[in-house]
Amino acid sequence: MATAVFYFFALVVVASGLLVIFARNPVHSVLWLILAFFGAGGLFVLLGAELLAMIMLIVYVGAVAVLFLFVVMMLDIDFSALRSGMTRFLPIGGLFGIVLLALLATAFGAWEATEATLALRNVETPPPAEVENTVAIGEVLYTRYIYVFQLAGIILLVAMIGAIVLTLRKRAGVRRQDVRAQLYRDPKTAVTLKDVKPGHGL
Amino acid sequence: MDGFLDTGLGTGLIILLQCLLVTVVILVCLAFLMYADRKVWAAVQLRKGPNVVGPWGLLQSFADFIKYIVKEVVVPAGADKPVFYIAPMISFVLPLVAWVVIPWGDGWVISDINVGILFLFAISSMHVYAIIMGGWASNSKYPFLGALRSAAQMISYEVSIGFIIVGVLISTGSLNLSRIVLAQDGDWGLFSWYWLPHLPMVFLFFISALAETNRPPFDLPEAEAELVAGYQVEYSSTPFLLFMIGELMSVFFMCALISVLFFGGWLSPVPFLPDGPVWMFLKMLAFFFVFAMVKAIVPRYRYDQLMRIGWKLFLPFSLAWVVLVAIFAHYGWFWGTYQRWVLGG
Repeated sequence: MATAVFYFFALVVVASGLLVIFARNPVHSVLWLILAFFGAGGLFVLLGAELLAMIMLIVYVGAVAVLFLFVVMMLDIDFSALRSGMTRFLPIGGLFGIVLLALLATAFGAWEATEATLALRNVETPPPAEVENTVAIGEVLYTRYIYVFQLAGIILLVAMIGAIVLTLRKRAGVRRQDVRAQLYRDPKTAVTLKDVKPGHGL
Repeated sequence: MDGFLDTGLGTGLIILLQCLLVTVVILVCLAFLMYADRKVWAAVQLRKGPNVVGPWGLLQSFADFIKYIVKEVVVPAGADKPVFYIAPMISFVLPLVAWVVIPWGDGWVISDINVGILFLFAISSMHVYAIIMGGWASNSKYPFLGALRSAAQMISYEVSIGFIIVGVLISTGSLNLSRIVLAQDGDWGLFSWYWLPHLPMVFLFFISALAETNRPPFDLPEAEAELVAGYQVEYSSTPFLLFMIGELMSVFFMCALISVLFFGGWLSPVPFLPDGPVWMFLKMLAFFFVFAMVKAIVPRYRYDQLMRIGWKLFLPFSLAWVVLVAIFAHYGWFWGTYQRWVLGG
């Protein structure tokens, strides 16, 4: 039974992954990507990693993919122009693909791990039946490796501030909204009553 | 018979029957909730509301239902057909799936999973897809604007809902919904529930729930004054009905979530009365009444005001509350009110 379910989810992930690439409409691509995330979440549940499955759905499906969809939907894409260059750019694109593959192959071929890293692989994980996922991950992430975790958080914060600084533009003469002024406006200064005679207008 | 029920097929059948039972009960409830919603709204505006079909108009929703399903489904010529049809289905199915982890009583839950609250959060964060897909697939301007608004709005308020839930989780020490309810069981009846220690968050959660379910005063994705009906302009007949039911169902579901998180779920408010699913149901109905009253009383917000409240007020406030609760819970201050790990975990 578990095997059948595994193959079902695996098929969903692989098939929708392929469709992400082959779908002609970018919005459809994002929708297939979401289905792929779902399949991956199902695989996590099969492994007994229910917390990871839920985090996967919340973070990737609930937040990241929404932003993708948000951006892709607003792009103005001319599909015929996009497809017309297919044969022209195929050799260059293929070349890039091969170079990247070769790079990855050499990197992994010469991969060497230190003793300490290999020893980490043999650390015993608590059986899922005895310790809850959430507790186990909390122990590792927030207790044993708390400083590393905080460091990762700081790096993310720096990246976030960097992105904001890079995209923040200051322009002169822009009228900004003053929320305080809006809130403290009252009818005495904002509204005037005028008695308009019929047929005259203001 | 006993032997059969222990086999895989028998268990599967029982779970299917339980799901069917919950689905039918929820859908019948929704029919009358729709009626109640309209009656409350009408009463506030000194109208009579639906009063023709059946005694006191009780069967109005069923008449509407028949009317919806016998109409013709009109699909715009430029629409993306598969996505156009899938969107309302998602809108209907997702809130229905969420009921699977809601505990109705002690042990009265279809799937008592350890990460129940995260499951609910995942489901509710996916509801936005129904609206985005519907708005985009319609291939028309108003639905698209409605979809974009709703995407931004729902994501913004999910963040604050998430932090509010984290506060409750820190107090309980578990992600399991049944344990969250059990942790609120105390000697003082309704005063040992989480609404008292987490009082500010109850209001924040309620307002965020309004925004998350696109209810007035935050119904900007539909905003009939500017966008006609927002993302659902091009929908007719059964697909439109699915959107409507999905929306109402997620409202009712938010009522269930508030009851479980802050108001003790199935627990009885006074010590001398027995606990039971009846309390859960009564609490949900009470919150639905508040939702209906808000719809009738509060005028719609402007979009920039909505975003400002979400990001500049709710987010910092709920984040600060998480830090506070963590400190209270760690040191066991306030007689251990914020630290109910033994009871719940």
